[in-house]
Parts: sequence; structure tokens; C-alpha cells
Amino acid sequence: MTSNNLVYLVALPLFSSGFLMILGRRADKWGHIFATLISASAFGIGAFEFLQMLARPSESRAVTQKLFSWISVGTFQVDASLLLDQLSISFVLLITGVGTLIHIYSIAYMSHDLDRRRFFAFLNFFIAAMLLLVLGDSYLNLYVGWEGVGLASYLLIGFWNQKPEYATAAKKAFVANRVGDVGLSLAIMIAFATFGTVSFSGVEEKVSGASTAALTGIGLMLLLAAAGKSAQFPLQSWLGDAMAGPTPVSALIHAATMVTAGVYLIARSNFIFDNAPTAQLCVVIIGAITLMFGALIGTAKDDIKKALAASTMSQIGYMILATGLGPVGYAFAIMHLLTHGFFKAGMFLGAGSVMHGMDDEVNMRKYGGLGKFMPITAITFGLGYLAIIGVPPFAGFYSKDKIIETAFNAEGIKGLLIGSAALLGALVTAFYMTRVIILTFTGAKRWDEKAHPHESPFLMWGPMAILAIGSVASGFLLSSGNRFVSWLAPVVNSHEADHAEHVERFQPVVVTSMALVAVVIGVAIAIVKYRSQVPRVAPTNVRFFTRIARRDLLQDDFNEVVLMRPGQALTKFLVATDEKAIDGAVRTVGAVVIGSSKGIRKTQTGFVRSYALLILLGAFGLLATIWVVTL
Amino acid sequence: MTDSPILQYSFLAPIMIVLAGAVIGVLVEAFVAAKRRATIQLLIALFTIFASFISLLRIRNLTSAKAAFNSVMIDGPAIFMQGTILLIAFFAVMIIGDVDHFTAQASAVPGSEEEKSAVQTGRQQTEVFPLTLFAVAGMMLFPAASDLITLFVALEVLSLPLYLVAGLSRRRRLFSQEAALKYFLLGAYSSAFFLFGAAFLYGFSYSVTLAGIHTAVIGGTANNVFLLIGLLFLSIGLLFKVGAVPFHAWTPDVYQGAPTPITGFMAAATKVAAFGALLRIFYVTFGDAVWNWRPILTVIAILTMLVGSIVAITQRDIKRMLAYSSIAHAGFLLTGVIALNRAGLAATLYYLLAYGFITIGAFGVITLVRDSSGEITDLNRWAGLGRRSPKIAALFSFFLLAFAGIPLTSGFIGKFAIFTAAYESGNIGVVVVGVLSSAIAAFFYIRVIVMMYFAESHEDSLTVVIPSPLTSIAIWVSGAVTLILGVYPTPVLNFINTLAIFIR
Repeated sequence: MTSNNLVYLVALPLFSSGFLMILGRRADKWGHIFATLISASAFGIGAFEFLQMLARPSESRAVTQKLFSWISVGTFQVDASLLLDQLSISFVLLITGVGTLIHIYSIAYMSHDLDRRRFFAFLNFFIAAMLLLVLGDSYLNLYVGWEGVGLASYLLIGFWNQKPEYATAAKKAFVANRVGDVGLSLAIMIAFATFGTVSFSGVEEKVSGASTAALTGIGLMLLLAAAGKSAQFPLQSWLGDAMAGPTPVSALIHAATMVTAGVYLIARSNFIFDNAPTAQLCVVIIGAITLMFGALIGTAKDDIKKALAASTMSQIGYMILATGLGPVGYAFAIMHLLTHGFFKAGMFLGAGSVMHGMDDEVNMRKYGGLGKFMPITAITFGLGYLAIIGVPPFAGFYSKDKIIETAFNAEGIKGLLIGSAALLGALVTAFYMTRVIILTFTGAKRWDEKAHPHESPFLMWGPMAILAIGSVASGFLLSSGNRFVSWLAPVVNSHEADHAEHVERFQPVVVTSMALVAVVIGVAIAIVKYRSQVPRVAPTNVRFFTRIARRDLLQDDFNEVVLMRPGQALTKFLVATDEKAIDGAVRTVGAVVIGSSKGIRKTQTGFVRSYALLILLGAFGLLATIWVVTL
Repeated sequence: MTDSPILQYSFLAPIMIVLAGAVIGVLVEAFVAAKRRATIQLLIALFTIFASFISLLRIRNLTSAKAAFNSVMIDGPAIFMQGTILLIAFFAVMIIGDVDHFTAQASAVPGSEEEKSAVQTGRQQTEVFPLTLFAVAGMMLFPAASDLITLFVALEVLSLPLYLVAGLSRRRRLFSQEAALKYFLLGAYSSAFFLFGAAFLYGFSYSVTLAGIHTAVIGGTANNVFLLIGLLFLSIGLLFKVGAVPFHAWTPDVYQGAPTPITGFMAAATKVAAFGALLRIFYVTFGDAVWNWRPILTVIAILTMLVGSIVAITQRDIKRMLAYSSIAHAGFLLTGVIALNRAGLAATLYYLLAYGFITIGAFGVITLVRDSSGEITDLNRWAGLGRRSPKIAALFSFFLLAFAGIPLTSGFIGKFAIFTAAYESGNIGVVVVGVLSSAIAAFFYIRVIVMMYFAESHEDSLTVVIPSPLTSIAIWVSGAVTLILGVYPTPVLNFINTLAIFIR
């Protein structure tokens, strides 16, 4: 089936962004409202398409729209086409829905910023790129959106460029994302060389004829791409620093949407991973490592946004883990992604509201007792908290519980290991989130005399309230009657899995009880530990583990020692060789060749001689190579 | 028994028109009053290139034609590359048309009274136009030459004028002359390698025609050592021209010292011509000796990509940075040569066209960013350009994104096509290094964008001059071509595909 409306989803925010950029200061007065209305109308289109889709039978729900033929040469055909199916509509509604709420919130949050119009132009650009990413019908179209959201994220992290940490943060995000992009481009090339096409449907059709090696290669490269975009191990370190950007950006891009693009990529490529068991195993391992990694970092962060960022990393770890569990996992991964989009965006907006009332203070040790002064923020944040730690009947309970259960029921020792990791992760999550709540909203006040905490205006708490409703209800709505799983089934091919022999090692009720016990333990530890007085300055005589957790489990030190230093050394070496050392080396050699190094120094053309000698050495080097190769 | 020489004038017409235009330009320089010279020269150059392009269009459907005693081969790739060179030259001449970049009197000693008086009286010499046309003629002959002698003549015809025009900068003249001299000395040196290689190949095959050498390669009875040495030294001469590592050392100095419009022309058009010759030699003549040369060329391609993209990171001068970027792009293009399949040829041709327009546009923008003492090439001083002249900064950002190979620019399609072709030929290592170095390269391109838009500017002396109408046309057309080739490349790709076959 085709539809002619899809293009407007991408085109509206894109044009609005360009429009606001071109108009410049002239649009300062109304630019934010315009951008918000555009985002809302994109949500309207999405909702309309969703209702139409609901009306159609399950197998013919996907619609496409061909825009134009992008590349068409011989056998190589890539259309610029959009594909809206059950998977992408879930993302479209999330992106435009949460996106619109965050637009509204930002009107108030950014009201003192002189560049508010530019901020909204970037936000609209992000929405367009993200929609293109999830609507593209081929890997190449996805790649366009993929680069677009990267650019938008880069621009928005760096929006407040007067902040000193901006430079490193934006740079770090850029480097990690480029590594991921290398993965995606290699995956696309291997896919094209293997299948002769890069469209999702084309690859899916031909996947059975491909060799396992090629599929594993594609799978691993896609995983690398997902790790870069979704801050998964070992490319996770940029997410914490990306919090230097404005808080609405953290909520939209670095919690609800862009960072989940990796999960989308893997779920979309289910046909590849289902046929490449090694790659699938790597997905599970990466997911399990990251979920523990993020949770442990979260326990030691005093910066409220960084604690939430660590938690995002950990929750996406859950999603990645689930996508590695085969056909049954995809739906749970996407379900957790959606519920997470609600509660995490809500909590980020809550954090922004707290910062708004506390003169942009982010250190939780200087909060305390804020619940009295910001009741609405405290309640909405609290609902998000209950959702993330997985208390029934809040949203996170339904989605996370399913993932833990599926993990435990994976075959063999693998199931026990990853199940335990997921369970332990739930315990640690309960601990650090309780810590955030206690430090921020309860206990004695520890803020400066100057601070005058106050509740945020309606434009800010309105969106928070709506997201809080989502954190309460979305889990039940999606999971009752297996609704979401069967909704997504045509895309992720989970029909066969339903009929397959399903080993239920652990009854659902057992897993649920274990998870709840873990949550209770986590909460209890946090309450015992932080019940008493909390020092305003972080104590330094702490255990080794706390110290390294504060330093993000040494991820930056690791990067510095393993990647940055050698990289810098290589650059220095090449530059020196290219600009100076050749000259030096050449002087030595030149002294032998010409007989007098004095002569070289005197002549103005000394450099030319060294260049010439380099050419000669190059020629000899090549001769030697050819000698070795041919003999 | 000697036949009277028959020259197929219609096939040679494009080259001959350019040469004739250049000769007329020399006469104009001698006989027309100084005040009107610049305008007349500009018009003659543009008209010449236009006429040549028209005559090229008339023979575009030729699948193969030998001309001038089999010394020149007008086949599909040759026609495409000649067309590309003409298009690039057309827009480059538009930017060169702003003669303010060139010294008033090249023969005057820098800083002398003579120079001052030439500037004061407004006596502007305009030899740059005929010299450019001569270079264009050489470049057009280069990818079409089908014997080693013609190839060498073409090499010199394209190089000698370039050595001269590289030294014509109006400001920082000593620097410019130093660059010209370096370029000349090293160019002569590499020409010697080229000739040396040609001599060995004659010793190997007793023939100077590419077809004759190919026959000897297939025969396999001749002296293999002669073949290897000849092949190697011949390619050194050509690799020097494209700026491949380790024959690249001249590139940054010359790119930086030459007048910027010339740098743009040189970077774009020389690459097309030199890669045209490389492609013909490796695809036509030595295609059957692939196991001998592929390992070497692979090493060179990898080194070129890595050195170009890594060293560019630390550059503080925009022209030097683009010089290293051009080295990296030479490496990307070499992966297309190594692929040695039809897709590789087509991808390389496409990449050359795309790269040519991006380069012309980018250097065109650089000519506009000046202060009272001339162009500003220090990157730190580009800070805040985005705020002062948003349109120019946006256009330049677009060119940089295209260099980086971001989707929806011609650079992306080019890179994708060329790496896919290399992957299909089984050369996975080169592809991995290529993708990695384009990831590294993206870093310094995007750093410039960040600099223009986000960094606080420290001084106010930087101005963007209002471009002359011709320069505006050139840079905006380059931008449009870059966008169109990125969004809707199909017609061009199809066109290339129909003619991407070399004829022996």
C-alpha cells in the first residue's frame, strides 16, 4: 500500500527549521511557537496514519511512499522511499509526541535565552532527521537520517558554547559517533556487495542465500553502529558529557529518541541477526555489560543529570540485551524503549525543573527537601521513579520484567548468566534511583542561602504531568493481552517463534517475584544509607569502588590510555615525519649523498632537496616492495 | 610507401580550439591596450572553453576513435574526462577573472619600485588566462594520450604553465615564487622518473604505444624486470601529479603559496587529468599484470589516505588543510584505480567530477575571505564567520560536508560508489582503511564548521568581500552541482556507465 502523507512528516519540520534559520532575528518573536505547532502537526499526521493503520488487517498495515529514484544505475537501485509499518509508527508517535511536549516545555525553559529561535530551529531539524531515520525504507536512507541526528545532537550539545566543558563534550560525542558511523557504512557496503541491494525488504528476501560469514560481518558492524549511537560499551563514554547541553535536549535526544536509534537499527535488522547467531550473542553480551556498567556509574554520580544519563545507558543496555534474544525479544525491547521514553523524558524534564528553581545547580548534595517547594515536580518525578525501578503497575514493571524473564529463559548457561545480570541490574537501578529521590526531594535542605526554590510555570509542569501519566499507564496499555507483541509480530517475524518449542525454565511468577525482591533490597539499602545526614561536599575517603565509579568506571582513563594517547602519538609522529623529521633524516642521508650538510643549510632550496630525496626514497621503497612481492 | 598524414580534426577539435584560444590570448596580451586586456582575455578564455565543450558534445557518442596516428584515443572515459576538465576550467576561469589576486607584473622583483609603479598605474598583466588555457589543453590531451611520447608531451604541456601561474600571487609574492620554484624543480624531477620508466618500457616491449606494451605484457616472453621498473617509474611520475604519499611533499607548500583561484583550478583539474592517465595506463596497458602492481598501489593508497587525513588534523591554515585533504582524496581515488573493474572506473570518474566541483567551490569561497592585506587563511581568524556572513559560511560548510562525504552531497555518492567497487574487487583492507580515514577526515572538516559558527571571534578586521558576479556564479553553481549530484545522481551515473569502457 502507498500513502502520500508520509513525506510531510519529514518535510514539515525540515522546512520549518530552514525557515527559522533563514529568517534569523526577524522570527525571534514567534519562532518558538511556530516550531512547536509544526512539531504538533507532525504528531497529528502520525496519529492519523496510526488510526488508518489500525483499521487495516495485520498483514497489510505497512505503507510506503516513493519520493524519487535516488540512485539508479544498472543493478544498483536505491529509491528515496519512506516505509511506515508497525515498528516505525511506534517511533513516529514517540518522537513527535514526546518531541512536541519537549517543544512546549522549552518555550518556558529557554525563555531567557537570546538564541531561543535558533534552539527551536535545531529541535525541528532533529525531529525531521529522526523521523527520516525511522521512516527510511533502506539502510542508505536510514544512514541519511542517522548522520542528520548526529549533526543535530552535535549542534544541540554545543548550544551553550560559553560553557567550558562544551568543547570536550561535543568532541567526544562526535568521535564516538564517527566510530559508530564507520560501522554503519561498512555494514551497508558489505550488504550491498552480498545482496546487491540495501533496501530492508530486498535484504530480507535474499538473506537466506547469504553466507553466515557475511551475515555475521554485517551484524557486528551494525552492532558497532548501534553502540556508537546508543552509548553502549565500549563507545559509551560520550553520553555523560553530552549532558552539558540544555536539559530539554537531554530529555529528547539523549534519553527518549536518538540514543535509542541503535535499538531500532538492530530490531529493524532482525532478519540479519536471526541468521547470524554469533553476532546475536555479541549483542546480548554488549547489552548485559552496558546495563551493569551504567547502573554502577549511576550509584556514584552527584550530578543529577549525569546520574540520569548513566541510568539511560543502563536502560538501553536492557533494550539491546532484549534485541539479542531473538524473535521474542524484539517486541519487549521496543516496548521498554517506549515506556522508557515516557518515564526518562519525564524525569529529565523534572531535573530541568529542579535546576530551573535552583539557579542551574546540578549537584544533588546541594538539594535536599525540595519536595515541599516543588510538589508537582516531586510527584511527576516520583511517578517516573516508580516506573523505572519496576514497581507494579507502573510502566517500567511490565516492560523490564518481560526482558528479565526472556533473558532467564534463553537456552543454556547463557540464560542464567544474562538473567542474573539483568536481575542484579534491577537491584542497582532501584538503589541509585532511590538515592536520587532521597537526595533531591527529601531530608534536610542543604542549599545555599541565596537559592529560592520554586515550582516551575505551567508550560513546564504541563508536559511533565502528561509524561507522568504515560509513565503510569503506558506499560499496562501496551502489554495487556500481549497487545504490543502481536502488533509488532509481522515486522520482527515472531510468528514462528510462537509455535516453536518454548522452554520455560522459570515460570513468569517466579521471575517477577525475584525482580520485586531485588527492587525492595535496592530501595532498602538506599534508604538505610542516605537516611541520615548527607554531607554537602562529596567525601573523599571512600572505598576504591566508589572512587572509580565516580570516574565513570575509568572509561575516560581507558580511552585516554588505549586510544587517545596512541592516536596523538601517531598524529604527532606523522606530522613530524611529514614536516620536520623527513628534513632531519634527509639531512643525515643528504650529508652522505651530497657530501656536505653545510651546503644544504645554506641553500634556500634545502626543503626541495629533502622533498626530492623523499621521492627518491619512495621510489626505492617501491622497488624493494615489488622485489619482495614478485620474487 | 608513406601515407600522407591524416588527422581526424573533428576528434581533435576540442583540444585544438583550446590551444587556438590560448594563442589568441598571447596575441591579445601583446597588442591590446592594458586597460581593456583583462576583460577581453576573460571573455576569450570563457568563449574558448565553451566552444571546445560544444565541439566535445558533438562527438560524445563516439564509442572509440583513434586520432593522430593512434597517438590519441578518443573513447568514452577520455571524452568524459575532457568534459569534466572543461567544466571545471570554465568555473575556475570565472574565479580567476577577479585579477586582483594576481601580481600586476610578474617580472618585477617583489618589493621593487618597478612593482610599485605597476600597481599604481594599474598596468595589470593578464598572462594567467592564456597560460591557464595551455594547461587545460595539456590536461585534455593527458587522459586521451595512447602512447608514451604523447603522454609525456601532454604532461609537460599541462605542467609548465601551472609552474608559472603558481608564482603569480599579488600578495606574499616571495612565498608564491618559492612555491612555484619548488613545484617546478620537483615536477621536473618527477618527469625524469616518468621518462626513465618510459625508456624501460620501450626496452621491455620495443614499442611506445600503450597497445604495443599491452601486447608484450600478454605475450609474457619479454624481460619482466624491465616491465616492473618501467611500470614503477612511470607511475611515480603520475603519482607525483596526483599527490600520493610519499610523492606528496610539494602539495601543501604549493597549494598554500599559489594564488587561491589557481590552487582551486590546479587541485580540481590536475587531479582529473592525472587520474585519467593513471586509469588508462593501469586499466588498458597493465591490466593483465595486475598482480605485479596491485600490492604496491594498495600500500600507496593506504598510506595516502592515512597521512592525508591524519596530518590535516593539525593544520592551522585553511589552504594547507585542504591540501592535505586533497592528498586524502587522492588516496580514495586510488582505491578506485586498484579495483580494476568497470564499477571502479565508473566510480572514479564520478568521484573526479564531484570532487572537482566541490574543490572549485571551496577555494572560490576562500578567495572571498579577506582583510585589508589580502586573503585570510589562518583558521583561527575564521572564527565567527557564520555570524558575519551566514550565506557564505553556510555554503562553505556545505562544501566541507561534501568533502567529508555526508549523505545528500555528491561526496557521499562518490565515496559510496568507489568503496563499494573496491569491496567488490575483494580488496577489503583498503575499504576498511578508507572508511576509517574518511571518519578521521570528517573531524577536521567539521571542526572548521564549528569554528565558523560557534567560536567567538576575536577581531573585526576579517571581512567577506562582496563577490564579483562571476565568482558568485561559480561558487553557487558548484554548490548546486554538489547538491544535485548528491540528491539525484542517477542521470550522471547512467551516462558514465554507458561510456566507462576503455578502448585499447
